[in-house]
Amino acid sequence: MEKMPKWADVVLIPLISLLLAAGLSALVILAIGEDPTAAVKLMVDGALGSSYGWGYTLYYATNFMFTGLAVAVAAHAGLFNIGGEGQAMLGGLGVALICLFIPWPHWTLALLFATLGAGLFGAAWAAIPAYLQAKRGSHIVITTIMFNFIAAAVLNYVLVNVLKPPSSMDPASARFSDTIHLPTLHELLTPLGIAFSKSAPANVSLLVAIAACLAVWLLIWRTPLGFEIRAFGKSEAGARYAGISPVKITIITMMISGALAGMMAINNVMGEAERLVLNATEGAGFIGIAVALMGRNHPFGVFLAAILFGFLYQGGAELALWTNIPRELIVVIQALVILFTGALDNMVRIPLERIFLALRKESN
Amino acid sequence: MTLMKSLMGAAATLALTAGAALAEPALIFDLGGKFDKSFNEAAFGGAQRWAEETGGSFREIELQSEAQREQALRRFAEAGANPIVTMGFAMADPLSSVAPDYPDTKFVVIDVTWLDVPNIRQVGFAEHEGSYLVGMMAAMASKTDTVGFVGGMDVPLIRHFGCGYAQGVKAVNPDATVIANMTGTTPAAWNDPVKGSELTKAQISQGADVIYAAAGGTGVGVLQTAADENILSIGVDSNQNHLHPGKVLTSMLKRVDIAVYDAMIAGEAVEPGVFSMGLAEDGVGYALDENNADLVTDEMKAAVDAARQKIIDGEIEVVSYYTDNSCPALKF
Repeated sequence: MEKMPKWADVVLIPLISLLLAAGLSALVILAIGEDPTAAVKLMVDGALGSSYGWGYTLYYATNFMFTGLAVAVAAHAGLFNIGGEGQAMLGGLGVALICLFIPWPHWTLALLFATLGAGLFGAAWAAIPAYLQAKRGSHIVITTIMFNFIAAAVLNYVLVNVLKPPSSMDPASARFSDTIHLPTLHELLTPLGIAFSKSAPANVSLLVAIAACLAVWLLIWRTPLGFEIRAFGKSEAGARYAGISPVKITIITMMISGALAGMMAINNVMGEAERLVLNATEGAGFIGIAVALMGRNHPFGVFLAAILFGFLYQGGAELALWTNIPRELIVVIQALVILFTGALDNMVRIPLERIFLALRKESN
Repeated sequence: MTLMKSLMGAAATLALTAGAALAEPALIFDLGGKFDKSFNEAAFGGAQRWAEETGGSFREIELQSEAQREQALRRFAEAGANPIVTMGFAMADPLSSVAPDYPDTKFVVIDVTWLDVPNIRQVGFAEHEGSYLVGMMAAMASKTDTVGFVGGMDVPLIRHFGCGYAQGVKAVNPDATVIANMTGTTPAAWNDPVKGSELTKAQISQGADVIYAAAGGTGVGVLQTAADENILSIGVDSNQNHLHPGKVLTSMLKRVDIAVYDAMIAGEAVEPGVFSMGLAEDGVGYALDENNADLVTDEMKAAVDAARQKIIDGEIEVVSYYTDNSCPALKF
């Protein structure tokens, strides 16, 4: 028997966690002498009050959908992929190489191959820890987190020594050509008669992300591979008994997970910056963990949680722009939200389960 | 509903910034952070001076990551901030894509001189000339005939500093050794005092007894370690003599504060174009105050002031690293 109703698990726990995080953040803002209600208004207005704000919120949400799905797919196989950050960085490298060195005639073709390239690079980066886990028993949490650092170093080296144009001082690649500029939401919605801010970066990759949500749902719940992944995640011994190869499932799941994380790069590298810069991922790989946890590893949950975190990110950026709250404290506030919604799930869950059990006893 | 929202937004903005008017200037700090005691803090100082003198207020943001540059620029431009003052060469590319979208907004950028956009004021400094002067002082103060240079990020701009410095050292003492190290190859090198401290120790073990830090926030570690190890250091950009009185020989002043102040005073009417600030314009120089008065001998001061005049008059030519991306006095 379930300890508490489904709706409480899906809605109540995230909501309470969020309120707790918001309460603590308010205390932090109060402590440095700013007004928390004004700060909240500023965040809401800046992230959702205009099509410009929505454009940024959805841009960040696109990143988080990809990385959230990456974590969710791995989680179904009982694997904890903390390496989304590194896989997304390598995905960015794949996108940059494809966009810089092949003269694409049209953006659609470029987007297709950039998506494949990003997925391939991300999958390859995840395959190494997956192999080490499957064949050598090196714990995936440790190896994937280590691979984030290696990825940062690789990118650093490639940008400084290979991709940086000789005349430039900034460690960033050259700009991609204008022909492969991805249409922004402004360009997509104007023909439909909807006015959308011109300068917001949300672009066509949002649709790719939504398609990815759908594809992941199909994969996990409608294919034999998805069944094997879930069976393996529930019980490795059971899966082995049913003839499912743990090595194969570990490697394939991690490669799918890495590919999803890598595909984030079509949004931030190809869609927004249109060049590869250092730290292009802006921590989206880690946010993906919180997004997947909050979305209960379901693609629709990931979709909603990604939009919530997109709002928090954009709202945080607005706080940095319009208040005197120092950047360190904005990181603290964002970290509080991640901590509560991601890591401290059980802190809310266990008391809540007790309450529901007590209520049930009374009604019996 | 929309009206309500914009009212709420306006109220929130008002509450948080205490009566800000439109078209106020904005200042975007580079990754070293606002309080790096150096480059960015100099800009903040200039903006503060403007705010105090005019009673105006300005917007500001400290960037958290490379990817934020374009968003910060667009947001300020959308909100009507004018002029928008930005710090550092890494703003060049974001500016070249954002500035044309907002032709009525004036942008100012420090350390960039190569963009071809009509509404940007680009201010470059003759850092090699100022570094030449502090290089002369380093050579005169050194007892071991070995001096050090700790750069931040390994980019032509910082080599430009190091090159001028080495030329100054060699002008006084052709046999002196200049040890040069860079902190890193990414913007993280602007804010890594621990690495700065390690490099300083390494240079001391090689005999350096005067070390020049041109490394933004990383320089704080260089100056600290130099003071702890009882050798002399040279600060950069802002006057850093006060950080360790009696231990900092001088500071190579790069008057970013003046560039920012001038831009803000001019306001929306700020003149676009490329501007250079050298010794003649007092854009660069060396710092002399009560904290280093005992360290700078009369002989030193006379020699440096004479050299300053000669550089202005064109009698001494300090070779710029930019000319052919190499340095006659120092190998990197």
